Amino acid sequence: MAGMIDVQDLRVSFHADGRSVHAVRGVSFSVAEGESFGIVGESGSGKSTVLKAIAGLVASESSTLAVHGRPIAQRRTKADRRQLQFVFQDPYASLHPRQTADQILREPLIIHGLDRHDARIAAALDEVGLKPEHRFRYPHQLSGGQRQRVAIARALILRPPILLLDEPTSALDVSVQAEILNLIARLKQANRLTIILVSHDLGVVAHLCNRIAIMQAGKLVEVLTAEELRNGGAREAYTRELVEASRGFTRAVAAL
Amino acid sequence: MTAPLLSVENLSVSYPGRSGVTKALREASFTLGHERLGVVGESGSGKSTMGRALLGLIPKPGVVTASRMDFDGQSLLGASDADWQKLRGRRLSMIMQDPKYSLNPVRRIGDQIVETCLLHLDISRREAERRALDMLEAVKIRQPDAVFQQYPHQLSGGMGQRAMIAMMLVAEPDLLIADEPTSALDVTVQNEVLRILDDLVRNRGMGLIFISHNLNIVSSFCDRVLIMYGGRILEQISARDLGAARHPYTRALLAAAPSLDAPRATLATVTRDPAWLE
Ligand SMILES: Nc1ncnc2c1ncn2[C@@H]1O[C@H](COP(=O)(O)OP(=O)(O)OP(=O)(O)O)[C@@H](O)[C@H]1O
Ligand SMILES: Nc1ncnc2c1ncn2[C@@H]1O[C@H](COP(=O)(O)OP(=O)(O)OP(=O)(O)O)[C@@H](O)[C@H]1O
Ligand SMILES: [Mg+2]
Ligand SMILES: [Mg+2]
Repeated sequence: MAGMIDVQDLRVSFHADGRSVHAVRGVSFSVAEGESFGIVGESGSGKSTVLKAIAGLVASESSTLAVHGRPIAQRRTKADRRQLQFVFQDPYASLHPRQTADQILREPLIIHGLDRHDARIAAALDEVGLKPEHRFRYPHQLSGGQRQRVAIARALILRPPILLLDEPTSALDVSVQAEILNLIARLKQANRLTIILVSHDLGVVAHLCNRIAIMQAGKLVEVLTAEELRNGGAREAYTRELVEASRGFTRAVAAL
Repeated sequence: MTAPLLSVENLSVSYPGRSGVTKALREASFTLGHERLGVVGESGSGKSTMGRALLGLIPKPGVVTASRMDFDGQSLLGASDADWQKLRGRRLSMIMQDPKYSLNPVRRIGDQIVETCLLHLDISRREAERRALDMLEAVKIRQPDAVFQQYPHQLSGGMGQRAMIAMMLVAEPDLLIADEPTSALDVTVQNEVLRILDDLVRNRGMGLIFISHNLNIVSSFCDRVLIMYGGRILEQISARDLGAARHPYTRALLAAAPSLDAPRATLATVTRDPAWLE
């Protein structure tokens, strides 16, 4: 059965200075329409690169790489871009330093020919808990979490059917994070939104996702359900290590 | 009793703007010894602002005032640019919240760390290179010699964060402000980094201000915690007692975190009370 997103044997390598980095080494999964799929795993294991390949932002090889049954072209059409929105891991780098929040949110509305710009921008800011006073600020005049919320608002403002979220709440305090996660869950219910979420926070991933993939060194080590993750159903040692480490810092080990 | 490493009274920061003045920090007072002081609080509550003010890094037209800001017997209040140059990096250091933004995009990671070493420590280039590689290895970078040669955009989020940590720790500062230092790290690497910081506090007597959204880490890693809201320090409690915090904001924070062990359909949100700002 074809899913909303199909990935078979995905491989991505980077080449620079005569050195090659095999960032993704044969990853396969598929995400059904309306499903939320989580990816957690080691830092540098290729999670962001998988998302970028699905968005057509890096060159990749695969036997299948398709969204909605259509192969992903590196050069995407306007319609493709509207379908799929990306919240990048690094909000500072993904926001233009010389654009205010207002301009950042207005741009996609202009590109895709939507109406009622001012009302939509005001609503998008309100949705992510930003106030009117933040609307005309530049990224460097906002706090880390406020910047991240501008990036989330930009992704949501077009109401895309597919969202790729790379650590969307890592710069947010838990109270704002709860509001954003509830917002995403509401949109998911109302619009049959398909989501891939990358996060280091197992609580966040298990909250939003039905199935969760664990990545290490460019490969998926296992895919399990949120229930399995919660109830000690992990088969791989690395997954069990992650679950253990997520329970907090233990000085006992630190003293060794 | 010995004097604290840092003592701060009535530290305030405001940013004048077109639509009025933003009071980013309001009369913050606290002391720091050779300990791990956690800072938690709402997004926009002034945590990073407080850190930057302690390093003299508030950008113009921001205004900083305080009735006292003493670091190791020296007042930072009237510090000149030259004084700050001497303190920053060597004695006071900050791991910034946006690591990739703080790294120089057009210079190799290794060169940036080596340069920090040479600027602050009286050692040879060869020794600086050795220390830089050791530091990358200590923060669990898998291939330190490869990362040494790479540029910031070639690193993953968590690798960039660890490169930044390595750069700030290599000069062995006396006071470190770590602003969300582990937010891009997977939980096992995160614990390794916490171990390094823990070791510096316990064995080298460093003072650590640890800004984090992760209440789990703060309660298990820190000694004391400041809870911030709307530019103010709402309460200061021992980390052990975080679970029993009294302020309604702190209690609401504890209830809002999604937990692996106790799933909920909808997460509790915070109903903000204007009275918290009084
Ligand atoms: N543009 C690039 N040039 C060279 N190497 C790259 C580039 N982008 C990523 N890499 C490398 O690919 C590997 C995977 O990176 P990726 O960003 O996908 O990791 P990640 O799983 O998202 O990690 P993190 O959790 O730290 O964000 C890393 O070794 C990284 O250094
Ligand atoms: N240059 C500036 N001009 C105007 N306002 C600013 C400027 N820099 C920060 N602010 C405002 O000051 C307040 C405090 O910001 P700060 O970055 O200290 O928050 P924070 O507690 O670190 O938040 P976060 O957890 O989201 O990083 C925010 O409301 C922010 O919008
Ligand atoms: Mg990443
Ligand atoms: Mg901050």
